[in-house]
Amino acid sequence: MNRLDVLRGPHPAVDHNARTIAALAANPGCDRRAVFDAAGVDKRAIARHLGHPAPFGQSVFAITRARAFEKLVKADGCAELLRLLRELFGLDVGEVTYVDVAETGEPGHAARHARTRDLLRDAAHAAADGRAAGVLVDHPLLRLDVGGTEVHLEPDVIALQAGGRFHVIAIKSFAIIDGQAEPAQVAAAARQAAVYVHALRALLAAEGADPALVAHNVVLVCPKDFANTPTATFVDVRQQLAVLARQLARLTRIDRILDRLPPDLTFDLRPGPDGTPTRPADDLARAVRQVPARFAPECLSTCDMAYFCRAEAREQAATDLLGRAVRDALGGLATIPEVLGLAEGAREPAEDEAEIADRLRLVHRFYAEALDAAAREVAVA
Amino acid sequence: MSVLAAFARARAVREGRAQPIATVRHLHLSPRPMVFIPLRLAGEAAAPLGAMLGTDPAEPHLLVVPQPRDRDQRFAFVAELAAIMLPYLERYAKDVETVEAKTPYERSLDAPQILVPNPRGIAFTRLLGRSCRFRRADGPYPVHPSVPVLGQWLTFLADRAEFPGSSLLVAMTEALAAHWATGQSRVEDGNLAALVGWIAPPDGMTGPEAAAAAEDMVWSPPAGPDTAPEFDAEVLAPAIRTYEATGSVAQVRDAVRSQLEPTWRVMWRAVELLRGLPEARGVPGRWERDRAEFTREAIRIAEGGPPRGRHDSAVGAAVRLSAMERAQQAFEAQRALDDPMVMVEHRLEGRAFAGEVVAVELERRIVPPGRTRAVNRPLVTVVTADPVRLAPGDVLISPARPRQHCEVVEVRRGTVVLQVNDGMGRGARPAPGSVPEVGEIVCYADLDPGDGPGFPFPSREETPWTHGGPPAEYVPTDEDAMEDWS
Amino acid sequence: MTLTAALAAPPPLALPARAVPDPARAAAEATAAVLADFTGGRHRGVIVDSPPGAGKSTLVVTAARAIADAGEPLMIVAQTNEQVDDLIVRIAAADPRIAVGRLSARGHTPSPRVAALDGVTISHAVDDLAGCAIVVGTADKWAYTKAARFPWAIVDEAYQMRSDKLLPIATLFDRALFVGDPGQLDPFSTVGVDRWAGLSWDPMQSAVAVLARHNPDLPVHRLPVSWRLPASAAPLVSQAFYPDTPFRSGTAAGDRRLELAAGRPDAADRTLDEAAATGWALHELPARHTVRTDAEAVRACARLAARLLARRPVAYDEHGSHPIGPDRVAIGCAHKDQVAAIRAACAAEGVPDGVTVDTANRLQGREYDVTIVLHPLSGRRDATAFHLEAGRLCVLTSRHRHACVVVARAGIPELLDAHPSTGGVHLGVPVKFPDGWEANHAVLDHLARHRVPAVPDGPGR
Repeated sequence: MNRLDVLRGPHPAVDHNARTIAALAANPGCDRRAVFDAAGVDKRAIARHLGHPAPFGQSVFAITRARAFEKLVKADGCAELLRLLRELFGLDVGEVTYVDVAETGEPGHAARHARTRDLLRDAAHAAADGRAAGVLVDHPLLRLDVGGTEVHLEPDVIALQAGGRFHVIAIKSFAIIDGQAEPAQVAAAARQAAVYVHALRALLAAEGADPALVAHNVVLVCPKDFANTPTATFVDVRQQLAVLARQLARLTRIDRILDRLPPDLTFDLRPGPDGTPTRPADDLARAVRQVPARFAPECLSTCDMAYFCRAEAREQAATDLLGRAVRDALGGLATIPEVLGLAEGAREPAEDEAEIADRLRLVHRFYAEALDAAAREVAVA
Repeated sequence: MSVLAAFARARAVREGRAQPIATVRHLHLSPRPMVFIPLRLAGEAAAPLGAMLGTDPAEPHLLVVPQPRDRDQRFAFVAELAAIMLPYLERYAKDVETVEAKTPYERSLDAPQILVPNPRGIAFTRLLGRSCRFRRADGPYPVHPSVPVLGQWLTFLADRAEFPGSSLLVAMTEALAAHWATGQSRVEDGNLAALVGWIAPPDGMTGPEAAAAAEDMVWSPPAGPDTAPEFDAEVLAPAIRTYEATGSVAQVRDAVRSQLEPTWRVMWRAVELLRGLPEARGVPGRWERDRAEFTREAIRIAEGGPPRGRHDSAVGAAVRLSAMERAQQAFEAQRALDDPMVMVEHRLEGRAFAGEVVAVELERRIVPPGRTRAVNRPLVTVVTADPVRLAPGDVLISPARPRQHCEVVEVRRGTVVLQVNDGMGRGARPAPGSVPEVGEIVCYADLDPGDGPGFPFPSREETPWTHGGPPAEYVPTDEDAMEDWS
Repeated sequence: MTLTAALAAPPPLALPARAVPDPARAAAEATAAVLADFTGGRHRGVIVDSPPGAGKSTLVVTAARAIADAGEPLMIVAQTNEQVDDLIVRIAAADPRIAVGRLSARGHTPSPRVAALDGVTISHAVDDLAGCAIVVGTADKWAYTKAARFPWAIVDEAYQMRSDKLLPIATLFDRALFVGDPGQLDPFSTVGVDRWAGLSWDPMQSAVAVLARHNPDLPVHRLPVSWRLPASAAPLVSQAFYPDTPFRSGTAAGDRRLELAAGRPDAADRTLDEAAATGWALHELPARHTVRTDAEAVRACARLAARLLARRPVAYDEHGSHPIGPDRVAIGCAHKDQVAAIRAACAAEGVPDGVTVDTANRLQGREYDVTIVLHPLSGRRDATAFHLEAGRLCVLTSRHRHACVVVARAGIPELLDAHPSTGGVHLGVPVKFPDGWEANHAVLDHLARHRVPAVPDGPGR
């Protein structure tokens, strides 16, 4: 897609991973995000140069903990994991083969993917023939076509259960306490795992095997209660799979958005010899603004561009600033001056604003009455 | 999200300051609340990193866990926390009164109040309680005896915090947001410093400017329990390494203090802001409920009651849900009756109206259906410009006369005719002042603050087969006590 | 086929695999199987999934008579007083000799139609009804009943009943038949905590969900035929809202017909013509973001009702024909304030008295010849879980015997397309199908084929 290369400029495209693919569903109505993601633009770098850097990242402690937990689960040829899976599935330890794709053979993405593909294809055919034996594939490497680009994906582990189904296994370090975990974290894990399920199904289909061999139940492995002992549970990701399929299909319709943009539009930072951007920030801002955004406060925790888009919404005094629910309550009015103008009677409502104008005038009157009533109470007391 | 709150936010944007959405304070504020600001280590379920707490803004207690992954240090932290919190909690259990009721019960004259910055603080309190309440002072993995006691208290407080209208454990961001609308979104209101910035910006700053400063995590560290990733990498991790190398806690203490002190100041500022509001009429009644529950728990714990199980049973869950729903309904109705600003919401929906009384038929007597004798049923005609959406037969109450029930007789454009059904005294004629008079400005609403009797659920032992039959009795085991905390 | 193609292809319409038996026979077989399982006494509980108009009430009455005829006491639990009265009237009509008791709250005034029945005893004390073969009451009233024990019970609308409501009642009976519609609105609470999410006895779940989770061996039957929905509607409703438990209509295309007197060439009448011809119509207003009580949409609903009745509609069905009166027409929407606005608009447009206007919550279980629906997503910029809820749209689009007209502003497909997926996931909670988004999408897709664009209205247009 040449248009996308022009938009991105000479920078290398930002790698997609399962998390970023899952994030496609975070705000599909935002053209700006859609274009940036499709073009592989480095949103963090752009936001930084525009003066609105995104503040988040993961804590070093969380990263250390996650690594330590994964190591614990996978130690000794995934001994702990096997124990958990045995409990969950009834797998017989003796029957399971453990294969670490990263260890055997040549290094490099292509080779690792090829080995993964061969392993899984053979396992799938064995399963179809009823010859299935359990196999745990560690460090598998999958590929997925995302909007015309090949993306490499690395699930934690893939298991083939003796019953002939493949299960994606997700190892996460947030705790499951008394059987419950934080819904937002489980949802993120589910969305990510769905990407792997989707990619695995695509692989099997390409190899002539039945994609339905990949179960929609992924295995989530987390620390149990307050200790380091892992526990495993199923998570049904069918709904996440449906959402993902829709979002991947949407990517192919990026042309519709691109067609509305000036053909020479680019977000090239024009890096100097030392790599720092030389493009004037306000010029870049003008370019970015050519692609409409759809800001919501939820963007602040999910998108690197959010602080820039929020500043833009502030400049426009957009009701989007106040949140989706507020905008909904205001019946579709787009800016705050409009809202106040109609409420205070300073603005004549347009024909299609009659109802919300009536409502706002009423609110304005009631609000003033309530403040008066309270003032009188205080005066009396 | 109501139009009223949306409108107030829009105004706040223009005015550069938060706008009131309540004219009275709907939660109880203790004369001596305890501010509690916990911090936890990122990536762990409930590994405390430190806390700042106290009842005197000038004298915060600082607790620090220099190596948060060390189990013994964690329990030592909890023991230290207990040493400060338990005396505060238990003191209130000493002075009690007996409440006359069908079954008389004890109720403390006052109760403790713990204030945390935000809802995640309450969640952390719950988790901390859960991680401690099953421990034992004896047996194979002993901890200080105060640890399980504090665990039980924290669990109780977090459970109580789920109840609408309860004020024992309060998240300040929620308390403030219930009374003020800022010019930012609810998501951003989750930042306590930003929220306070909008409500009461420092001299020379507008609300948005103060909020922007509050978002700078260096200048204004997060209120916790989570810390900022930059802090973790650049300050905390090196400090912990220093502790591990040298055994000196000073660097970690300084690091943790630097994160907590700004929030400590903001918390007390928030307390002042809330104290500036007059108390709503319904608050003492709801606080009585809190006091009664507190006393019950204090007695239970003092008698050596076992820690609550991990999950509610089927009956327990149903009983609790029913109680919460009733509390919710009562709270919503009372807030509207106590506060003309809250009543606005109901007026906008047409379920309440305000207006002037233009006619009163005081002497009217009728024989109500199903009765034989004539009784007083005065008629009151109110003129209103509100968009009334009530129907004949709807029963209304008024903030001025909350125990009197009036029935809608007729609704015409701009006029509502009400029949007064009770609250007129026992005499042959309505007692003076018990019925509105011509010229009086009145407000009537379709609300029911009644906290009726609960739904009659069976006992635990009678749990039917549809819900899995009677649950096994919870018996604390050694395994619970030894549950790892690593 | 390739993975993408497999994912993109719409699921096939669910039709029974073998040669299709006559629907009456299929329904009769299903009913017989239910009764055999229930009265056979091998199971403590039998669950029956009943899609809209599948003859649930007939099943309840049949089962009730079977138990009564065997001389064993039966209690029936319904959710509302109106449902109680409906059942009593139907039992009495089916067999006037059965002694029926109505367990009523103190101070409840019996409705005229129940008071008029001879064989019915009414009391607030269950002891007074000891001589009755069948005692019918609301769940709320039964909850307060102590010291009574029935060998048999039927719980009606069990999917709409919250599981905590079942707790006090389940101690009253030995065996029960649980009947309800899994596709309609779930029970809910005004309190929003997820404290019990994932627990098998989560009080916020439906009575059937909790019952089945603790007793997974209970037989689950499905009534396979909808007698209400016409052949033009059953496939869509089945596919969109009952993907795992499909059903079919009891009538074939052509068995039902709706005839209207000649109309004008305006949008409202053309919409009604489309509805009469195909069973569906989408009256599409121009795209706009509006308040909930969108005056144009509200007016359109009222105008459609007025024009429908003014054109002297006649319904032809398997029983013959009848003129459609106001009491056979309903307007459904999502919110109470919309109800108020539509009622006011109906008065202004001269819609005859008797037309029902109500929210989906209150339309559950009811039936009409023609329904007009204000689409829950109309005029919105963003969808919320409430508006996307499949059960809501299911209720609104499954009340009709002949035709359903949906009023909506353009732009809903775009809204769905832009909808973010950011909800939380609770461990241990079975995933609910159908997904609201998918259901909404399927319905819109179908309605697009019956679209009648409506220009902005003015007087007389």
